Amino acid sequence: MKRKLARRIAMHGLALVATVLLGGLLAAVLVRLAPGFDVDEQQLDSHLNAESIAALRAVRMQQNDVFSFYIHSLQRALHGDLGTSLSLGQPVSALLRQRAPLTLRLIGVGLLLSWSMALALALSAAWMRASAYDALTATISGMFLCFPAAVLALLSVLWNIPGSIVIALIVFPQIYRYARNLLAKAYVLPHIVTARAKGLSQLRIMTWHVVPVVAPALLAVAGVSVSMAVGAAIPVEALCGLAGVGQLAWQAALARDLPLLMNVTILVTAATLLANSGADVLSHALRGSHT
Amino acid sequence: MAANWLAPAGYARQYREEANAAPSHAHWLGTDEDGRDRFARVLYGTRISLLLAPAAALLSTLMAALVGGVSGYLGGAWARVAMAVTDLFLSLPWLFLLITVRALMPLNVSPLFSVMVTFLMLGLLGWTSAARVLCASAGSLRDSDFIRQARASGIRGARLFWMHVMPNLKPVLYAQFWISVPVFILSEANLGILGLGVAEPMPSWGSLLRELEGLISVGEEPWKFVPLILLVLVVSSFEMLLSSEKRMAA
Repeated sequence: MKRKLARRIAMHGLALVATVLLGGLLAAVLVRLAPGFDVDEQQLDSHLNAESIAALRAVRMQQNDVFSFYIHSLQRALHGDLGTSLSLGQPVSALLRQRAPLTLRLIGVGLLLSWSMALALALSAAWMRASAYDALTATISGMFLCFPAAVLALLSVLWNIPGSIVIALIVFPQIYRYARNLLAKAYVLPHIVTARAKGLSQLRIMTWHVVPVVAPALLAVAGVSVSMAVGAAIPVEALCGLAGVGQLAWQAALARDLPLLMNVTILVTAATLLANSGADVLSHALRGSHT
Repeated sequence: MAANWLAPAGYARQYREEANAAPSHAHWLGTDEDGRDRFARVLYGTRISLLLAPAAALLSTLMAALVGGVSGYLGGAWARVAMAVTDLFLSLPWLFLLITVRALMPLNVSPLFSVMVTFLMLGLLGWTSAARVLCASAGSLRDSDFIRQARASGIRGARLFWMHVMPNLKPVLYAQFWISVPVFILSEANLGILGLGVAEPMPSWGSLLRELEGLISVGEEPWKFVPLILLVLVVSSFEMLLSSEKRMAA
């Protein structure tokens, strides 16, 4: 069991490293091939003489080979240098350090709220087993699924709703839907039907029989919910004026600041993969302990 | 579909002296800050979103059939590699992926090109979750009795896939197509509001919803909510259709 778990952790670790390396290569290729890479705004500066422009062109020419560009970027990244933002003129690592705490807080609180809301609704619907209440909770969550995340962010500005609540409103319907399906399937399992027939209390059935069955699957969803919350952070931060990593990515996209955008995307990918891997390992460990 | 007939003046015509006008007999939903008729823009925008989201869904479903269906049918290393790539895409936050890819392309492009880029991008990037489902379905078909029997009769390779596996994947393909349409409508709306979707003056639900950004209160100019109401109605109709299909299948 322990060996299996260790193997799983090692596989996830390898996948993470491979993804970051391959993602970095892909990013380097895309940045290099993107239209406008060869053009430097500085070359149009009338104050520069022919020698200076030739020097600028020489620097650009050094980046022409994708692989040497990638290796060079990788070497710098290993030393903590993620390059400089073209639009903001600041080191990418410094920008990320400034903005990450706000995004982490926003996503953390948002996830906590979304899970609380989703579980409260799903568990209460499963507990009450009343079709009207079930339909009501499904309608509430379904309603939020039909709104674009950016519209919820815009409306939150109108009503002064904190960003973390908006993230919670964007993420909770997805978790609710999954949790509700899992609970519905769990309640028709033979041993739970037997427990109900024997007259066990609802609370006892829920805590002793239902939760152990659905917990590993819910844990696996926890990893996916991190991805959802990170995605939701872009419109929320961009439209609510919150200076986090999501807003940074949006600004980089609008300014076509590709080095900044690529670094942010690779880091976000690594973070979400780490969350997914962690959730997967925990979920398997939990499944193993029950079998 | 009848936008040309209902609003013959088009979506780009400007009534400069009537900018930001309230609804009137001439302009049923008023005009925007550039003096363009909002009703005409809603009609044309609805047409673009309702035609191109299913087109993008069709493209993504075909890609999912190709990647997921074929790799599931082949099984072994093919399926493992395809699913590793799929898992990687699935773990990426969808909106992050979209804005990154969108930023790689020039932003200052013609409106028609921006429409094509936006919906092609949705179609080319949105195949992953459908591919996962199709890979699993094709994998289970590969080991089914009738496929074994076909193999024993000498039917192999592409012929077996097209004649026996693909027809049985059709229900899954239809379901994945209908699931993708509302997802793409919402994604286009998000991109449009963030300024990375369809370029002006071409309207789409996303670009029309950008008008909500300047609102001070909901009751101030309620007619600006018409595109949102239409979008929510369409997406909720798709959601209801999918849930009723699911209930019927169960």
